[in-house]
Amino acid sequence: MSGYDVAVIGAGVMGCSTALFLARGGMRVVLLDRGMLSREASGVNAGTLTMNMTRAALIPYALRGWEMWTQAAGWLGHSAGVLVTDGLSLAFTDAEAALLEARAQARQQAGAPIALITPAQARAIEPGLAETVCLAAHCPIDGYATAYVTGRAFRAALVEAGVEIREQCPVRGLAPAAGGYAVRAGGDALLARRIVLAGGVWIEEMLGWLDLAIPIKVLVNQLIVTERMRPVMRTVLSIANGLLSLKQFANGTVLVGGGWQGVGDRTRGGVAAIPENLIGNLRLARWVIPALAEARILRIWLGLESEVADAMPMLGPIPGHPGAFVIGTAHSGYTSGPFMGRLLAQVMLGQEPELPLFPPDRLLAGSFSRGEVAA
Amino acid sequence: MERLSAEPDLLVLGAGPAGVGAALAGAACGLDTLIVDEAAESGGQIYRSLHPGLRLRSGADLGPDARVGDVQRRWLAENPVRRAFGRRVWSVDAALRVDAMGRDGPETWRPHALVVATGTTERIVPFPGWTLPGVIGLAAATILLKSQQVLPGERTVVAGCGPLLVAVAFNILKAGGNVAAVIDLSGPADWLAALPGLALRPGLALRGLGWARAVRSAGVPTLFRHGIHAVRGAAGALEVEVAPVSAARGWMTGGTLRRFAADGLVVGHGLTPAIEVTRLLRARHVFRPAWGGWVPECDAEGRASIPHLYVAGDGAGIAGAVPAYLHGRLAGLAAARDLGQPEAASLRWERAALRRALFRSVRAGRAVAAMMALRPGHVAGIPAETVVCRCEDVTRADIEAAVAAGAREMNQVKAWTRCGMGPCQGRMCGEVVAELVAAHVGGREAAGSFTGRAPLRPISLGALTGEFSYSDIPIPQSAPL
Repeated sequence: MSGYDVAVIGAGVMGCSTALFLARGGMRVVLLDRGMLSREASGVNAGTLTMNMTRAALIPYALRGWEMWTQAAGWLGHSAGVLVTDGLSLAFTDAEAALLEARAQARQQAGAPIALITPAQARAIEPGLAETVCLAAHCPIDGYATAYVTGRAFRAALVEAGVEIREQCPVRGLAPAAGGYAVRAGGDALLARRIVLAGGVWIEEMLGWLDLAIPIKVLVNQLIVTERMRPVMRTVLSIANGLLSLKQFANGTVLVGGGWQGVGDRTRGGVAAIPENLIGNLRLARWVIPALAEARILRIWLGLESEVADAMPMLGPIPGHPGAFVIGTAHSGYTSGPFMGRLLAQVMLGQEPELPLFPPDRLLAGSFSRGEVAA
Repeated sequence: MERLSAEPDLLVLGAGPAGVGAALAGAACGLDTLIVDEAAESGGQIYRSLHPGLRLRSGADLGPDARVGDVQRRWLAENPVRRAFGRRVWSVDAALRVDAMGRDGPETWRPHALVVATGTTERIVPFPGWTLPGVIGLAAATILLKSQQVLPGERTVVAGCGPLLVAVAFNILKAGGNVAAVIDLSGPADWLAALPGLALRPGLALRGLGWARAVRSAGVPTLFRHGIHAVRGAAGALEVEVAPVSAARGWMTGGTLRRFAADGLVVGHGLTPAIEVTRLLRARHVFRPAWGGWVPECDAEGRASIPHLYVAGDGAGIAGAVPAYLHGRLAGLAAARDLGQPEAASLRWERAALRRALFRSVRAGRAVAAMMALRPGHVAGIPAETVVCRCEDVTRADIEAAVAAGAREMNQVKAWTRCGMGPCQGRMCGEVVAELVAAHVGGREAAGSFTGRAPLRPISLGALTGEFSYSDIPIPQSAPL
C-alpha cells in the first residue's frame, strides 16, 4: 500500500491549486478525479474574472485570485488565456439603478475599484452598448480566462511539481486508517495522512463518507457561445442583479452566461437547456449589445455550481476529523479559486494564512452530524 | 378528434428513404404524422429532387434514383402526412420536444413518438491541400449534380472509396463533364470480398458494373489501391498527387507518385451515421466499425434506449437506401404499436415480411459499408502538419501534442486544442480525431466522443430572440450580494 501526505479528491481549480501549493511545500500529493482534470465547473464556466459579480465579503479573495490569474505565467508557469479589460455592470430601470448603486457601494467598501458612471461614459468605454442604459458601475480591472484550457495549464504545473495525477479514477469512499485515511479509489486503497475534499457539487456526497450532512444546492448554469463574428464589444458586461455575463473573445466568439438555469442534477450532470431560459438569457444579451442580433448560436452547455445555505465558501478543516479538509462552494469560485487553494495549502503546511478561512463548522452548528446521531 | 398541430402523434426527422418509410407507415396506422426536413423537398441525399424552380434541359435525365424519389414524393402527397420542409431542427429534448427554425421563424412540436432518420455524414480523411477551393466531398458532388446539374469542375479527379466513387464519375460524364481519373482506395481484392454480399442485391451490383464499364470506355483511368497524397495549386488549377496504398490503406514505401492536372477534386472516405440527435438525448450508443462507427443501440424495429424514440435507416448503421426504407417502415409501425394503436392484420403480416426483407438487404448493404469503413493505415498516414479540424485550423500535430500533454479522451482534446469547437461542431473532424486519440489510449471506446450539444445546427440569435421589449425578459431573482 502506498502512502501519501495528502490525497486531494476533485481536480477542479480548487483541488488543482491546493495540490500544487502542497506539493511545492514539500508534501507528497496524489490528486484524484472521477473524470479528467478541470472538465466540470472549472473547465466549462464563463471564465469571467470580475469584481462586479462577486459577493462583497469575497472581494478581498477575488482581488487576490484575479491577480494570480493575470500572473499565471509566473506562479503557475503556464498561461490560462487571461485577458484584462474593463468591466461594466449595467442598469436599465430605476429599480436596477438603485440596486446597482447599493451593490457598487458595498463592493467599493470591500476594496473593489468600482465607480458609478453615466451612460455616456459607459458608451465611451463600450461603444457597442445599447442606448437604453441608465447607469453603469465601472471596474477597470475585470477580465476573463479561457476556462476550457484551465486543466491544460494546471496539468503541466502539477506534473512539474511532482503531484501524482489519477484521472478517470472515481473515489468510492474513505475509512480511517492508522495515521490518516484509506481512500478507496478505482481498485486501490490509497493511504493518505490528510485528505482534501474538493469535489464542487459532489462535496455533499464526499462529506457523507465522513458521516457529515451539509446540503449543497446544485445550480445548473447555462452557457451559450456564438460563431466567430466581427468585433461587437471589448469589455466584460453584467447587469445590476448579476444575471448576465457577456464577453467577446479575441477569436470573435461571444460567450453569454450569467447563471440562467437549465435541466440537470448531481447524478446526470447538465442535461439540457430550458428553451424559455435560453431565449431570456439571449434577449438580455441582445438588449445590452444590439449587434448580437447578427450572431449565430453555435453551442449551448451547462455547468454545475455549488451553493451552501449561506452561499459562502467552505474552506478549512472538517470538524471532528483530524487531517480532513474541505474547499469549495465559493460564489464566483473560478476567480478566487487559485487563491483559495493557496490559502488552504498555507494552513495545511502550518503557515499563517493570508486571509481568514471559511470553516464548515457553521453549517453543522445547531444540527447533528449523522455520526453523532448514530452515537 | 381535433388535434393540436403542434402535438403530432409521430414526428419523423429526416425525409430520406427511412423517414418517408416511417411517415407512411405511421400514417397508415392512423397516427397524426409530421415529417420534417432541412431540404425543400423529401428524398434525402439519395433521392434528392431537382431544386425547386429549376427545369432539366431537354434530353437530360437525373437517373433512376430521382425517379424513385418522385414516386416517394407522390406517396407522401397522397397520404395524410403533414410535411414541414425547409426547417432546421436545432434542439430535441428529453421530453421529445423538437425546436426548429424555418423561414417564418421558430417552431416547436411536442410529438408523442420521434423517429430519427437523419442518415449519414461523409467522412474525409485529411491530406495536404484538402481545404483548398475546388476540393469537395463525394456526397457534396452528388448534391450539386442531383439538385442543380452543376459539375464540380471542368476536369475532375474522383477519389476515395465505396460505390459513390463510380456513381459520381459516371454522373459527371453523363452531365457533360470530364473525369481526369478515378482513384480508388480499394483494390480488386476488396471488391471480390464484397461480392457474396453484393450478390444478394444483383440489380444494384449490375448497375454499378455498368457505370464502371461506361467510365472505362470513356477513357478514364482507374487507379486501384491508390489514395490522394497531396493537392497543390490554386482554385481552377489543382495538381492532384496520388500514391499507392496497402490493404490497410497506409502509404506504400517507395510507391510511385503520379500527378493529375484538374480544377476539381471530389473525394470521400465513406459515410458515418449522423448521430447528433441521439447523442444530444444521451441515448446509449455502441461502436460498430463495420456499420460506419458509433451507432445508437436499437432493437430490430429501431427502438432506441429511450421510450418512444426510434432510429431508422443509415443513421442506425450504414446499409443503403432500400433497407433504409424498410427499416423506416418498421420503425413507423413500431411507434404506432407502442402508442397503443391497434394493428390491422395486414400490417402485422407486413411487419414480418419487412423484417425478412430487411435482413437480406442489410447484408448486401453491410458488404458495401465494410468497403467504406476506416482502416488503420489511412489515418496513421496523415502528415503531422495537415489540418484535421478545418473550422479551427487544428493540425494532427496539435492533437497529438494535447494527447501527449495528458488529454486522454475526446472532450479534453477538444478543450485543449479547440478542435471540434467550430461551426460544424466536430461533424467533419470527429471521426478522424477519435482515431488519432484512440491510437494512444487503447481504442475508440476509451477515446470517447464529443459530447452532444444543442443547437444541432447553428441558429440565428436575431431570429431566435425575435421582437421583444425589456419587460418581456424574465430576469431571474438577484444573485446574492
